[in-house]
Amino acid sequence: MTRQQKEIIIKGLFAIVAFVSVMILTLIVVFLFREGIPIFREVGLSDFLFGREWYPTYDPPSYGIWPLIIGSFIVTIFACLIAVPLGILSAVYISEIAPPAVREIMKSIIELLAGLPSVVLGFFGMVIVAPWLQETFDLPTGLNIVNASVILALMAVPTISSISEDAIYAVPQEFKEASYALGATKFETIVRVIMPAAFSGISTAVILGMARAIGETMVVLMVAGGAASIPESIFDSVRPMPASIAAEMGEAPFGSGHYHALFATGIVLFFLTLVFNLIADYISHKFKEVGSATL
Amino acid sequence: MDDNHIIELNGVNFFYGDFMAISDVTMAFEKNRVTALIGPSGCGKSTLLRLLNRMNDLITGTRIEGEILFDGKDIYAPEVDPVDVRRRIGMVFQKPNPFPKSIFNNITYAPKLAGITGRSDLEYLVEESLKQAVLWDEVKDILDRSAMTLSGGQQQRLCIARALAMKPDVLLMDEPTSALDPISTAKIEELIGELEKNLAIIIVTHNMQQAARVSSKTGFLYLGRLIEYNVTEKIFTNPDMKQTEDYITGRFG
Repeated sequence: MTRQQKEIIIKGLFAIVAFVSVMILTLIVVFLFREGIPIFREVGLSDFLFGREWYPTYDPPSYGIWPLIIGSFIVTIFACLIAVPLGILSAVYISEIAPPAVREIMKSIIELLAGLPSVVLGFFGMVIVAPWLQETFDLPTGLNIVNASVILALMAVPTISSISEDAIYAVPQEFKEASYALGATKFETIVRVIMPAAFSGISTAVILGMARAIGETMVVLMVAGGAASIPESIFDSVRPMPASIAAEMGEAPFGSGHYHALFATGIVLFFLTLVFNLIADYISHKFKEVGSATL
Repeated sequence: MDDNHIIELNGVNFFYGDFMAISDVTMAFEKNRVTALIGPSGCGKSTLLRLLNRMNDLITGTRIEGEILFDGKDIYAPEVDPVDVRRRIGMVFQKPNPFPKSIFNNITYAPKLAGITGRSDLEYLVEESLKQAVLWDEVKDILDRSAMTLSGGQQQRLCIARALAMKPDVLLMDEPTSALDPISTAKIEELIGELEKNLAIIIVTHNMQQAARVSSKTGFLYLGRLIEYNVTEKIFTNPDMKQTEDYITGRFG
């Protein structure tokens, strides 16, 4: 066999492997749509998205996922309110302030946190956070928005922190030296030079952290409480989309309206995470090229 | 301290960990003069330069002995804030390093930190600094454009303008033209000649012709020691030390 023939075969092999992975993912998406679309024969798109009642097992059933969408967004937003400052500030501390020994230890702990199975975090939320919330605030249940947000934040912090840290680390040493040489303090250098220069990376980190939180299933299934209604306070239970799908798929009869509605919920979730990823992609490209001209 | 001296070093030793990078350097830099520091790579000339505005403080595990007097005061005295030192002793680096901000904001970065906030004051300062750095005519219409869009030579002049905006008493230049083409280099050298009227310039360079062209005094460093320090003409025509002669004639280095 000549060298060229070998090259062609190897190229072909790689192409096949790559296509197979892409094909499988494509087929999953096709399947998602094939199983989800039929629900729209029973209910209109806007009734499905904005309907305020999710009673899929009633007769007649109502398939409004608005409470689930609200549930997903509210826990994601609250989780971000906690996770974004924690993640970014810890990234700044680790990459710019901490002495080398502390840096190594903190980095490994955050990586460890990223590796914690979500069910373990969910368990922690159920057994520790929920009873504490219930007693402290005298609530009917500790499985609610606050609990889910805190646990989701714990999951998002490692993502936000490690990606932000990479971005901060990538800020050229020359910028920092220029800033110090002009008589800036460390704090001024961090706020006025390092953070703006790492802005695109930090935004990407935040959005990927949000994508992680909105798609997370196990935690919200375990600690969000599961009430498919629009919450009135942050201590109310909610039923985010992934939790709803995971909890109900087992009992929804194959091919029923409920079954199709759950797949359609999956489509909504798919689009949401897709949008988050596209935004992250857009930001990281846009700011990379212009450099920085925008600051 | 001699009235004519802006900076004096007395028996300065400097260590990176256990490694002695500068040993027993005693020398003085004069006001309104360009002083060049030459020597082979690794001889400690950049380290010496960075000692003068305490940039080496940023590296962990370093230690200095002896004293460096700036305007008669030891800049390494415990009560001295390095930030104050750096505001009065500007620095230009080997690689042009403008911030990824607009040209205007590059110049106003340090003045703003120092508390100058009036728009007209800042505008005046930008114009004045850019004119001093002979960059004004090229950029006066694009002040809000990113500094990253300028050419390398323009970026380096912007960095000089940025340092001048703080009205420093001394400007340290660490191989400021080694990343630039010959035309940009000529412009910077010409600029150095102009700036000399207002402040002291200490320039580290690998380019001996450059040292000969721009400076009035030259110091030759080798292995962390100041081998010879004298009037530039003397160093390049009739050096006292054999090592200096070997270096400037290209026998080693």
